[in-house]
Amino acid sequence: MEKLCFPLNVAKMSDTQEFRRRLQTVLRSVYDNGLTVETANRLSGGASQETWLITLEGNGTPETLILRRAPEGTESTPDSAAIGLPNEAKLIRAAEAEGVPVPSVIHVLEPDEGLGEGFFMSRVEGETIARRILRNDEYAQARGALPAQCGKALAGIHSIRVDGDPALKVSTGLDQLTYYEDIYQSTGACRPIFDLAMVWLRENAPAPLEAVLVHGDFRLGNIMVDEQGLAAVLDWELCHLGDPREDIAWMCTNSWRFGQSDKRLGGFGDVEPLLEAYAAMGGQSLTAKEIDWWEVLSSIKWGVMCMLMYESFRSGADPSVERAAIGRRVSETEMDLINLLEEQRHA
Amino acid sequence: MHDQPSVSELVQAVKNFVDETAMTHLKGRAGFHARVASNVLGTVLRDLEDRAANEAEEKRRLTDLLQADPGESLDSLNRALQAKIRAGELTIQSQDLVNHLKMTAIAQIKVDQPTYSGLANALKE
Repeated sequence: MEKLCFPLNVAKMSDTQEFRRRLQTVLRSVYDNGLTVETANRLSGGASQETWLITLEGNGTPETLILRRAPEGTESTPDSAAIGLPNEAKLIRAAEAEGVPVPSVIHVLEPDEGLGEGFFMSRVEGETIARRILRNDEYAQARGALPAQCGKALAGIHSIRVDGDPALKVSTGLDQLTYYEDIYQSTGACRPIFDLAMVWLRENAPAPLEAVLVHGDFRLGNIMVDEQGLAAVLDWELCHLGDPREDIAWMCTNSWRFGQSDKRLGGFGDVEPLLEAYAAMGGQSLTAKEIDWWEVLSSIKWGVMCMLMYESFRSGADPSVERAAIGRRVSETEMDLINLLEEQRHA
Repeated sequence: MHDQPSVSELVQAVKNFVDETAMTHLKGRAGFHARVASNVLGTVLRDLEDRAANEAEEKRRLTDLLQADPGESLDSLNRALQAKIRAGELTIQSQDLVNHLKMTAIAQIKVDQPTYSGLANALKE
């Protein structure tokens, strides 16, 4: 056993050193400076996308940077909905130009730099953990400011022009309903609340609004919040062209209120101030009621995503207790769906 | 077969071990999974306790709603309900349908995630 482990550890060690050496070479050229990469720690990410926190020592360089990357050989992400890191970098830069708070993209990796696909960006200070943002005293002022700030940020994102970008697919509300309905039916599950909600959505679908750039995962957990409120919009990999109401409703989904159900917008506020700020900044003029259909769709989407994550346990692809357990969270979305449909019955 | 300890007692004992010993020694990703494991064991205990009564109630309500043969299995009753919903024969305008689905969802979430906010909303309305 030891004989086997020893060379593996050595290989791992030299990989780490080689990784840091390459990081240092790239960053020295970016900053035109003899800086040193002090540490590189992997923060999170799945099998194909990694997020690294890098600390630097050098004159005129930031102390910390974030690297988002897909190592070589894993450029094509298994999630076909994701747009890929170079596109993500392009959209973050476009969002910055629209005044949306985002990390600054510092450098997009080139193939000959030997680090795979990805980009360096500035590290924005703040909190992403929803339960802390919703409960801690130091975010009280932020919670008050967030609805309007989110409205303004969404108006900025939705105004980004991306004509003809082949990475961005059009996905309307009904496209998404069909997509998730097909997955649900392919699992063979019989959960009549999902059937009822899907039939209701199809029969009550609103006319689509003109397609805009949609963030696709705009909710607590994917935004950086500081004591003043919205510090940065993160996680751009699910961007697509679609209906602006999708982004607003996703943040309203009860699954993303993290227990603070009485506040429709993310558990921290009402949706009306978001809609006011959104319209004031050039977005469509929308009413809270126009978000209802999309909120039902959002619960369906999250419920089917939970089913899919459980499928990865059932198929043996991921044997973790977390993947098994998430199958028993589908009932959360069933509870929300029947509550929402009951409201629609009285509407 | 004897049942001293019973299955529930055994699961409870494992949950005690996870909560009081394993979790205090584990950090990071392993600590997170230990917390998930503890929650799962809580679900297992509630499922063992409530499934028989919940399924009997669900079956009784479905038999009424669909005016079905009392001998039909729960699975075939749910498939029949699904077919009627898909065919548009039962819609959200049916108070009986909505009541049944709501009671079913409440019973399920009480087992799966009893602290979920949506349950409190359902009971409040």
